[in-house]
Amino acid sequence: MKPFTYERARSPAEAAAAAARQPGAKFIAGGTNLLDLMKLQIEAPAHLIDVNGLALDKIEPMPEGGLRIGALVRNTDLAADQRVRRDYGVLSRALLAGASGQLRNKATTAGNLLQRTRCPYFYDTAQPCNKRQPGSGCSAIGGVTRQHAVIGSSEACIATHPSDMAIAMRALDAVVETVKADGATRRIPIAEFHRLPGETPHIETSLEAGEFITAVTLSPPLGGRQFYRKVRDRASYAFALVSVAAVMQRDGTGRVALGGVAHKPWRVEAAEAELPRGAKPAMAAILDGARPTDDNAFKVTLAERTLASVLAEARG
Amino acid sequence: MKFDTPATNNPIDQLKIVGKPVDRIDGPRKTTGTAPYAYERHDVAPNQAYGYVLGSGIAKGRVTAMDTAAARAAPGVVAIVTTLDMPRLEKGAMNTAWLFGGPDIQHYHQVIAVVVAETFEQARDATAMIRVSYAREPGRFDLAAEAPNAQLAAADSGEGSGAAHEERTGDFEGAFAQAPVTLDATYTTPDESHAMMEPHSSIAAWEGDKLTVWTSNQMIAWGKRDLAKTLGIPAENVRLDSPYVGGGFGGKLFLRADAVLAALGARAARRPVKLALTRPLVANNTTHRPATIQRVRIGAERDGRITAIAHESTSGDLPDGKPETAVSQTKLLYAGANRLTAMRLAVLDLPEGNAMRAPGEAPGLMVIEIAMDEMAEKLGMDPVEFRIVNDTQVDPEHPQRPFSQRQLIQCLRQGAERFGWSRRNATPGRRREGNWLVGMGVAAGFRNNLVMKSGARVRLDGSGGVTVETDMTDIGTGSYTVIAQTAAEMMGVALEKVTVRLGDSSFPVSAGSGGQWGGNSSTAGVYAACVKLREAVAQRLGFNSAEAEFTDGQVRAGNRSAPLGQAAGADGLVAEDHIEYGDLGERFQQSTFAGHFVEVAVDVATGETRVRRMLAVCAAGRILNPKSARSQVIGAMTMGVGAALMEELAVDKRHGFFVNHDLAGYEVPVHADIPHQEVIFLDEVDPISSPMKAKGVGELGLCGVGAAIANAMYNATGVRLRDYPMTLDKMIDRLPEVA
Repeated sequence: MKPFTYERARSPAEAAAAAARQPGAKFIAGGTNLLDLMKLQIEAPAHLIDVNGLALDKIEPMPEGGLRIGALVRNTDLAADQRVRRDYGVLSRALLAGASGQLRNKATTAGNLLQRTRCPYFYDTAQPCNKRQPGSGCSAIGGVTRQHAVIGSSEACIATHPSDMAIAMRALDAVVETVKADGATRRIPIAEFHRLPGETPHIETSLEAGEFITAVTLSPPLGGRQFYRKVRDRASYAFALVSVAAVMQRDGTGRVALGGVAHKPWRVEAAEAELPRGAKPAMAAILDGARPTDDNAFKVTLAERTLASVLAEARG
Repeated sequence: MKFDTPATNNPIDQLKIVGKPVDRIDGPRKTTGTAPYAYERHDVAPNQAYGYVLGSGIAKGRVTAMDTAAARAAPGVVAIVTTLDMPRLEKGAMNTAWLFGGPDIQHYHQVIAVVVAETFEQARDATAMIRVSYAREPGRFDLAAEAPNAQLAAADSGEGSGAAHEERTGDFEGAFAQAPVTLDATYTTPDESHAMMEPHSSIAAWEGDKLTVWTSNQMIAWGKRDLAKTLGIPAENVRLDSPYVGGGFGGKLFLRADAVLAALGARAARRPVKLALTRPLVANNTTHRPATIQRVRIGAERDGRITAIAHESTSGDLPDGKPETAVSQTKLLYAGANRLTAMRLAVLDLPEGNAMRAPGEAPGLMVIEIAMDEMAEKLGMDPVEFRIVNDTQVDPEHPQRPFSQRQLIQCLRQGAERFGWSRRNATPGRRREGNWLVGMGVAAGFRNNLVMKSGARVRLDGSGGVTVETDMTDIGTGSYTVIAQTAAEMMGVALEKVTVRLGDSSFPVSAGSGGQWGGNSSTAGVYAACVKLREAVAQRLGFNSAEAEFTDGQVRAGNRSAPLGQAAGADGLVAEDHIEYGDLGERFQQSTFAGHFVEVAVDVATGETRVRRMLAVCAAGRILNPKSARSQVIGAMTMGVGAALMEELAVDKRHGFFVNHDLAGYEVPVHADIPHQEVIFLDEVDPISSPMKAKGVGELGLCGVGAAIANAMYNATGVRLRDYPMTLDKMIDRLPEVA
């Protein structure tokens, strides 16, 4: 861990301003991912801005019927919130499918969105990685890629986003609220929040330098039956091979987002028109253009079968 | 004491304390966090500095230069030792890979430097500042690609399971060609990591030319000898101390880089140094269970009797390494007149392959016991009955040599009854509960019983207290407790009157912990010492030692009795002895047996397999402590679930390393994977094994579990998998359509 300076922010705008002032600064909330990465020097911030003291830990109703989730709401509290459980079941289920009880107690809403890939080549600092060291190359391509992306990847990076929560939020079309260093605020639809790797896989979100997440908002409840089906090699405490977040209506229409397949939560709205016709055509459209490796070609089949299982349950 | 005739009645047979499910005497210390593990021994040496090791970033080649200037100038740095500072160190007798010194790189994460600093963080930070230049060389990293070049190789696993490079009995090829029902199938098992909770850790301190290392090691005498050899110093100048070990599973049988680099770092820093290997180095710097490619051929008559059986295994290791002895149990498990076993070894430039819990037996049984299931199906027989039909009470290669005890049939029959085996549908894929396909599987568990010379010293004090000292280790197995039970039973005192001190190389050399020999052999050594102490007590108190009874803290004979402590006098009374073994092990095959039964559910859509319940019925001699024995067996069963369903060190075949080198990537079972386990021990005493009449259970609990799960998965789905771990990607294409 590199030596770093540390401050406690007193307001969101001040946090953003402080981050803009200090190149290489990072916000720290739960620290469940950042501290691990700092110990390995994958992250080496010169300055940490502790945002835990900011009063961003409330879940509040929105005037038009949605919810505003403070950036610092812990995953445990969000999953257990009665309104979330009643109206946004997909989100509660996704949160509970992730990490462990101890980590969920500590991890925050904004931090969950910002967690970094678990690609093992990203974690091994003896190996080239374009995310860790832009331009050094991708050592995952051609290596052990069972966990890696099957769609939306590039020649520079085939990593996946590890979050469960973000997949559910993508299905719910959540909006990320931020404040910038100049005090201006912004609302970023989650579809535009995470980026595909392209040639700059080290740039993972559309946040600008210093831009600070204050909340995530959810639209009024969608109703329907909500599912989060996470497929993994062991029963708990593992990242998804494939996950399916689905909000299904009685008439067979719905929304589907996938985890474990891409550099960002993967949702193709146009493909959802196929849902009433079943999992096979729907997944063919969702994963149209997929370029899996030999190691992870199974994810295409697995995604289709998992969706089929979810649709069957939705019908039942 | 030499044990060369079967045990007769002795004080252990009283079973007042031995055989009782008493709590671990070290339990309160462990559950309250007050049992200090190696890295936590802050009090043993003052002014400890922190060491951090740097592993090679290439798998094969040479270090051409190391720039340590920035690291040496970093805050808090006390000393740096690099691999270029010294020629390659001598190698310990048990090591395959060299541990340190010289420019040559044999495998990824070979240690190339240790940085010593005032704090852990400073040491780690400075280590990252070392700039290393390498000359890479191409390596051999792909077992399947190298298998055609593999050479026949004989080996002992280091934990007692061995096989010649090729062994033949009768005419295998002829009998196989004539058999009306045959199987010829190839299976694979992956590289596995011990993944113990406590990484390899050591604190080293020099006093002049005398070295003390507080460490975490299963075999103290081996470690002492090999550390001295590696450092080029006399063994008598080395003391190892390892009273608590946070898991080993064979990964701490041998000297590893932590002890060597702590010693080198301490010498350079001129003060005590502590260091632990980081988690990635546990996978790539230490040892692992090597992957295997195994071919099994079985031929049988239509009535199910095996007439021909062949088991061949290919594995890889560094030059001068050993094969995984995966065929060893096939030599003994089932009858059949015509037999062939063979092992082949390929040269690989991956980290060192070596013993992991039930080395050879575990991956061998993972395979042979699937093959038996496949044969049973071809024969139209129940898999339990097929195994029973082929039971043997003698060593099939040497029929004049009987098993000392062999209750495999009883294990299988009782297990089938208890598990509800009769409810299994013999046709696979027929039992469905919602989205789950449900199936049952069975496998035989089979692990040999090894006996090892083991010594102990016992001391009686004036209050009737007994202290046992032996360099035996407790790697989470319960050694402290069974040793205390043995001494209490022998000396006729309450368990609370016994103090057990373990793991110090200044104590008498014991069997150590490995090969499931530790429980039986180390307690037999304590038995021998206690026999001597009883004689000394009787003599002091004026009793005829043959008549003296030791009970309730008293020594009695005829109508006279005296307090035991009275014999101690002011200075105490000390006796030391060891158990050593004659040729009973050659005259009899000593083994332990189990019937493993498993029920699994497989998600029909995703192929996720979840174990629902497990049962092991074990026959393993006298069970010294049913509670700690059960703990060992359920832990081993859990490891078997890992081996069956998820554990695999994934090899990067281009760059030659295990990619998933942390506990997020190397998955082992978590609580949610293990819903229900049951263990039954059959009544058995084995007077051939030792005066304790006990055998081991710690590895038996693992042997066969993987295959029982594989067979249950087949019964559930109709998909036969022959490649471990049996992850969903290997069957997703073969599962039924999802509605």
